[in-house]
Amino acid sequence: MSEPHFRRDGTWVGASVPRREDPRLLAGRGRFVDDISLPGMLHAQFVRSTVAHGGVTSVDLSEVREVPGVVAAFSAADLDLGDITALLDRPPHEFVPTDMPVLARDRVRFVGEPVAIVVAQDPYAAEDGVEAAVVEYEELPPVVSDTAALAEGAPLVHAEAHANTLVDVSLFATEGIDDVFAQADCVVRVRTKTGRQNALPLETRGVVADWDDRDEQLRVQTTTQVPHQVRTVLARCVGLREQQVRVTVPDMGGGFGQKCVVGREEIATAAVALRLRRPVKWIEDRRDALTAAFLAREQRYDVRAAFDAEGHILGLDADVVCDMGAYSCYPFTAGIEPLMASAEMPSVYKVPAYRVRGRAVTTNKAPTGPYRGVSRPQYVMVVERLMERAARELGIDPVEVRRRNLITVFPYTGINGITYDPGSYRESLDLCEHVLRDEGWYDVRAEQGRVIGIGYACFSERTGYGSGAFAQRRMQVVPGFDISEVRMDTSGSLVVTTGTLSHGQSHETTMAQIVADRLGVDLSRVKIVQGDTDRVTYGFGSFASRSITIGGSAAAAASVKLGDQLREIAAHLLGVDVDATELDGAGGVRVRDDHGRRLSYEDIADVAYLRAHLLPKGVGPGLSATASFDVGGDGTFSNATHGVVVELDPGTGGVEILRYVCVEDCGVAIHPQVVEGQCRGGIAQGIAGALFEQVTYDDAGQPQSPSFMEYKVPTAAEIPDVEIHHLETPCAFTANGAKGAGEGGTIGAPAAVLNAVNDALRATGVELDDTPIARETVHAALNGQPALEDARA
Amino acid sequence: MPDMSRVQLVELTVNGERHELAIEPRRTLVDVLRHDLGLTGTHVGCEHGICGACTVLVDGAPVRGCLVFAVQVEGGEIRTVESLAAPDGSLSDLQQAFSAHHALQCGFCTPGFLMLAEGYLAERPEATKEEIREVVASNLCRCTGYQTIVEAIDDCAGRRRAALQARLDAGRSA
Repeated sequence: MSEPHFRRDGTWVGASVPRREDPRLLAGRGRFVDDISLPGMLHAQFVRSTVAHGGVTSVDLSEVREVPGVVAAFSAADLDLGDITALLDRPPHEFVPTDMPVLARDRVRFVGEPVAIVVAQDPYAAEDGVEAAVVEYEELPPVVSDTAALAEGAPLVHAEAHANTLVDVSLFATEGIDDVFAQADCVVRVRTKTGRQNALPLETRGVVADWDDRDEQLRVQTTTQVPHQVRTVLARCVGLREQQVRVTVPDMGGGFGQKCVVGREEIATAAVALRLRRPVKWIEDRRDALTAAFLAREQRYDVRAAFDAEGHILGLDADVVCDMGAYSCYPFTAGIEPLMASAEMPSVYKVPAYRVRGRAVTTNKAPTGPYRGVSRPQYVMVVERLMERAARELGIDPVEVRRRNLITVFPYTGINGITYDPGSYRESLDLCEHVLRDEGWYDVRAEQGRVIGIGYACFSERTGYGSGAFAQRRMQVVPGFDISEVRMDTSGSLVVTTGTLSHGQSHETTMAQIVADRLGVDLSRVKIVQGDTDRVTYGFGSFASRSITIGGSAAAAASVKLGDQLREIAAHLLGVDVDATELDGAGGVRVRDDHGRRLSYEDIADVAYLRAHLLPKGVGPGLSATASFDVGGDGTFSNATHGVVVELDPGTGGVEILRYVCVEDCGVAIHPQVVEGQCRGGIAQGIAGALFEQVTYDDAGQPQSPSFMEYKVPTAAEIPDVEIHHLETPCAFTANGAKGAGEGGTIGAPAAVLNAVNDALRATGVELDDTPIARETVHAALNGQPALEDARA
Repeated sequence: MPDMSRVQLVELTVNGERHELAIEPRRTLVDVLRHDLGLTGTHVGCEHGICGACTVLVDGAPVRGCLVFAVQVEGGEIRTVESLAAPDGSLSDLQQAFSAHHALQCGFCTPGFLMLAEGYLAERPEATKEEIREVVASNLCRCTGYQTIVEAIDDCAGRRRAALQARLDAGRSA
């Protein structure tokens, strides 16, 4: 059994303490949304579009209502709800706003789009009811790819979006960049298409909603990463004040971004609960989760990079097209992927000239939302392919080419206007290569008769996006800060609220570690409250690796403020100046020069609440402190290098990962074991995107991967063990020096795997740039057959 | 075809307790466990037998709770994740190993993996790590990347073998 690691100072932060979430989850006593049952609860399911694109000519639910067990059925016309509309503050030539109705009205835009909601006494009857619906469509020609969307004369998915383009930004365009390319010693180009993926939380989406007459509140228990944003949208859609809506989040079975946008089904279910004044539950089934939930990652890149003869990069010229499907997600909009890719593509390298055009196109496919890493797995893959290609063209070792271009002096302000705080870009690459060389993998690679390749990915990951960073994206809803309240009760125990929302990341443990250290109490005395819009002032939830950097820093700041209050009261009671006191690290306040003179938190809380007449003049009763935290600059960058060894099977085209090494630096790890868990889980998802998973549609826009038989989620047989090495470059402006750790694994894996596969193919002259890497393509390459990738394109 | 929505009387033994239920024949075992018996520790991840989140033991063998109807297992001994901890709530060695190795993050798939491992180790206590990995490949986890799940089960198996050996040694020397 692995022993907990302790940092030198022996405090809670840095210790891999047992997770406080574990006992209930291991005993089957967690409470996930589908575990909730309310008296008189009804069950909802959705009638969904069977066509990819069309007018809705009639919705007949009369037979639905006759099905035994069915209580009610509603179409858009029956409910009259406001739309979900996400906005960017950008001019019309850069952004076209589109509305997403809660239920489709006269138009459907993808197979699986909700058209009507059926509620019944049990889930089986709800399914029966859905089958009895009769919906007629006037089919329109569907747009099922980005190229079709942009083709001359293409049918329009949204009438207002000319050329099916929702976002179109041209950025940076360094002066003289064309000359840079014209005069460069070496220009390499990567054109790639990455597959559409599903973030695939193992718990599908779901909600239980009921109207509470006593509180005069619509209570919504939903599996979301962003409860306050759900509250805002729901209140608007149904016409309630926000105080009349309470969103709480039970245990969550993962999210990975898919649950950090507001879903139309959760709004519809709550609206029906409000209408019927009865509890209603909706649990998404897997087929709907695979076809109608928010998807991600389908992008096309055409990128050129200019290098000098020594392998120094001179410029980057990129065109990025993201297939965002049918609708813009709230609050991020369809800009989420192209804006991320455009802003951050120069990655960890000193790129002197940069030009990018980023577009979001709309198609008749399920809409997209954020997914762990958001665009970074894709553009890192592109940039890392460019490095490899330049190395090959110039006859320089690919690791050496990276070394010559890595940012090594910090802070570094890039051509993209972003300032990178200190990291270990060079050190992580050196260590990663060193490990693989030491283990003899380069000798294995040279063995005759085996097809083995080694690949790397160097990257950094912006974490802790503050308001300023998101404002640059010009979102109308600008996430960034977080607010935390730390409250001490009469027994000296602590309740801490956070606007972040753990859904697997262990915040009940890690946030408590941060607070316990600040106030010098045992972990067991700190309770974390999250996911409740009535108890938490406001929050932006958990995404973009923001929780520990921003939420953790807010909790730390509030803890420090509470500590000051405790000292002020204690100083008065002890008859000393407040400056002569300090927290004693053991649940009390002491006189700095006389440790024997001490008051425990229980003593102080007793006065603060129960004997307030003893408080110093001007100090009010109670013990609570609130603080907010925002990142002022450009955020903090975690970084890593991944090194992968693969072996290809000439018989099957299969790719086996023989070794996976990750050297990561997320600053100070609050809980090293949790960081490693995030790395490994992220890497598994990255490998999934590189080799296995893809959401596909046929020419009519019918989903071709509606079950786990087609959508191939890797198992323990495919995902290798990952060796992790830690470097630590503390962040200068977050509490504890922590940087985000949630997404890095996913970002590095596709690039490293793809590079390793291409290295293994080095003798064939074939280079593969698309993901997922198809077995048949690898097989064709190894067997000297014409590359199938051309046929696929 | 029989009327699948007609109620049928079924007797099930779950975690040692007998239950008489009037249920529709089309009702899956996992739905009966979760919604009729309130044993919500077993989860539903895909309803088509791939993810294994609903894995329970029927007569000691791992079974997908979403792929069998409750009426099919009448008379069988069913065990769910709720049976693993001691009555006082203390976790079993297997559960403790999962925690120690950080073999769970969101915890949604965990009951399925626990029951899979519980059934497998009972049948094959001498399992090697590679054999364990093969069995772990039966279920899906989206959080951990599987490595720590394999390590937790392997660690638990090793400890059980060591404990058995210690008992045998003690018996011999006594």
